Amino acid sequence: MAEVSLTSVEKYYGKFKAVHGIDLQIEDGEFVVLVGPSGCGKSTTLRMIAGLENISGGEVTIGDRVVNDLPPRERNISMVFQNYALYPHMTVRENLGFSLKIANQPESAIDKAVDEAAHILGLDELMDRRPGELSGGQRQRVAMGRAIVRHPDVYLFDEPLSNLDAKLRTQMRVEIKKLHKKVGNTIIYVTHDQVEAMTLADRIVLMKDGHIIQAGTPLELFDAPVDTFVATFIGSPPMNLLNAKISGPSMVLEDGAQLPVPTDAKDLVRDGQDVVLGFRADSLSPVGHGIEETGLKAEVELDVQLTEPLGTETLLFVDFGGKEVQAKMHNPRHVAVGETLTFQLQIDKCHLFDASSGRAIRN
Amino acid sequence: MRMRRLPEWLVLLLPAIIVTAAVVLIPLLFSLYSSFTPYKLTRPSTLWIWIGTLNYEKILADWNFWSAFGRTILFLTVVLNLELLLGLGIALVINRITWGQRALRTIIMFPMMFSPILVGFQFKFIFNDNIGLVNNTLQSLGISDAALPWLVDAKLAMFSIMFAEIWMSTSIFAILILAGLYAIPRDPLEAAEVDGCTAWQKFRHITLPFLMPFIFIAMTIRSLDVARAYDIVQIMTGGGPARRTELLWTLMSRTGYVDARMGLANAMGYVSIILSIIFTVYFFRKLSAARNELGMGG
Ligand SMILES: Nc1ncnc2c1ncn2[C@@H]1O[C@H](COP(=O)(O)OP(=O)(O)OP(=O)(O)O)[C@@H](O)[C@H]1O
Ligand SMILES: [Mg+2]
Repeated sequence: MAEVSLTSVEKYYGKFKAVHGIDLQIEDGEFVVLVGPSGCGKSTTLRMIAGLENISGGEVTIGDRVVNDLPPRERNISMVFQNYALYPHMTVRENLGFSLKIANQPESAIDKAVDEAAHILGLDELMDRRPGELSGGQRQRVAMGRAIVRHPDVYLFDEPLSNLDAKLRTQMRVEIKKLHKKVGNTIIYVTHDQVEAMTLADRIVLMKDGHIIQAGTPLELFDAPVDTFVATFIGSPPMNLLNAKISGPSMVLEDGAQLPVPTDAKDLVRDGQDVVLGFRADSLSPVGHGIEETGLKAEVELDVQLTEPLGTETLLFVDFGGKEVQAKMHNPRHVAVGETLTFQLQIDKCHLFDASSGRAIRN
Repeated sequence: MRMRRLPEWLVLLLPAIIVTAAVVLIPLLFSLYSSFTPYKLTRPSTLWIWIGTLNYEKILADWNFWSAFGRTILFLTVVLNLELLLGLGIALVINRITWGQRALRTIIMFPMMFSPILVGFQFKFIFNDNIGLVNNTLQSLGISDAALPWLVDAKLAMFSIMFAEIWMSTSIFAILILAGLYAIPRDPLEAAEVDGCTAWQKFRHITLPFLMPFIFIAMTIRSLDVARAYDIVQIMTGGGPARRTELLWTLMSRTGYVDARMGLANAMGYVSIILSIIFTVYFFRKLSAARNELGMGG
């Protein structure tokens, strides 16, 4: 059991700075998910916590020990590598049991732990194969299994589900959550997939270019993104963003349409300010097909360009404010392309960002 | 008149076939045939007397042959194992060094650049009991006051020859193992570190299995090489004194060229080839097993 803390952690690869002074306190037993676009330094951060990459600056502590200079084996961690890193000369069974064998566990305990992990991950049939004889998804599950046979202080998962099919991925997500409930260890989990991030995390840490942009609960990131990057990264479909200019009590969109300024933001904007208006597809629905909300609303007539029926709801692509945006239709009926509908926009659910800095306008 | 034309592939291969036949196949058949005759270089007519397997029967009952055979196996075993250990050690050290690695890599190749004959002369001098470097050093350091008979005493002479052989060829192991070290992927090593391995456990469970194919390649090459050890031994001791360092090839060359009993020598050659074949087959088996284990086979 251990908390993990990163204080001004930096990483240089030669002259290139991959991680810029990251500060992050992770509670004992917390499930933290690192997300961010490719190349933003997620793996590098994880590998520094694991001790596989030396730390160029700052301090990493696990429990009450500063681990900067400890080798990986003294950090009591287990890790799923992004590229699996299986032992090619060992069978699946030997791969899974290797760490326990090294720790001098008795044969019977190893077999029990290995069989249990194999069962959870659906590897029972493959135990005597070597990694070379497995598919990508199977290898990834072995990598996962190798990490979960142990119960170390901290689990480090680097995109452990990226190569699984959708069904297996959902299944594994549940298993990981169960494992966390049962063992209660600290987990640091890297993923590209914001659905994984939203569903698994106690706290999401969103990174970009080696910086932490925002850290918070999934709902905090979803409901109160600090800037346009977070707004478009978290949530599916991504938040719609429209350029607008403040003009008295209204916002003028690029095509000249006028909307009232959201109540919360009224006192925070000045006349003539360039802003970005952000709203999620849920906040724009055909009248009678939305979620009833209190607060300011506006009605607009829009042409439907494209429809994506998803069953319980339909995504509508419409032209709005000079851009294509996505709207959501609950209790859907058939909508023909080209049809004009009256949409209701939940103004008070909208986000305003400063156009030049991209930062959210919020107090 | 129509010329019958040979198929094109045969025409193209013909020069190679003719050359191979002339330099390999015919001498091979000829030597095989002569091993069934009492052929003496001094009396060419003996080549035409067929004596069946008499030469082979003689060899099988010949104590000198079998002790040379046994000594060759001993020589092979000691030399290969020591070269492996030393080569592995050197490769691991060089792999660790970050500065001057290229220069060192070149330096360890130096012994291989000398002719074995010269190496033989060099060590013959070093181990000479009167003027040799070793005895002089031992004496001036006061470690020993008697002149040790390095090239005369049976055990010391074998040791000296092995020393020369190892000095000359350890770098083959070192270079091949170094190539193996460069080829090891980083991931499994990192995984092993996270899984709790100490440096030794990492070496034992990850590095070594990855090196095995390279080690067996080196073993195969060197076993063939050492099994026909001749030049160094011939220069340093000539197989003597009194056959104390006689190996298969010194025995064979003496039988063939000094005693001129070529038929008998050829028969010896065919018996001792078995040794090389056994070693080669053994190491090749091990090689493909090691490759299979790493998923490289197929
Ligand atoms: N060994 C290295 N040498 C030099 N630069 C590196 C090295 N490893 C990573 N980088 C750089 O550091 C940055 C961060 O890499 P990192 O692997 O942490 O990204 P990531 O967030 O894990 O991306 P992905 O989601 O694609 O796995 C990248 O720009 C990458 O090019
Ligand atoms: Mg990565």
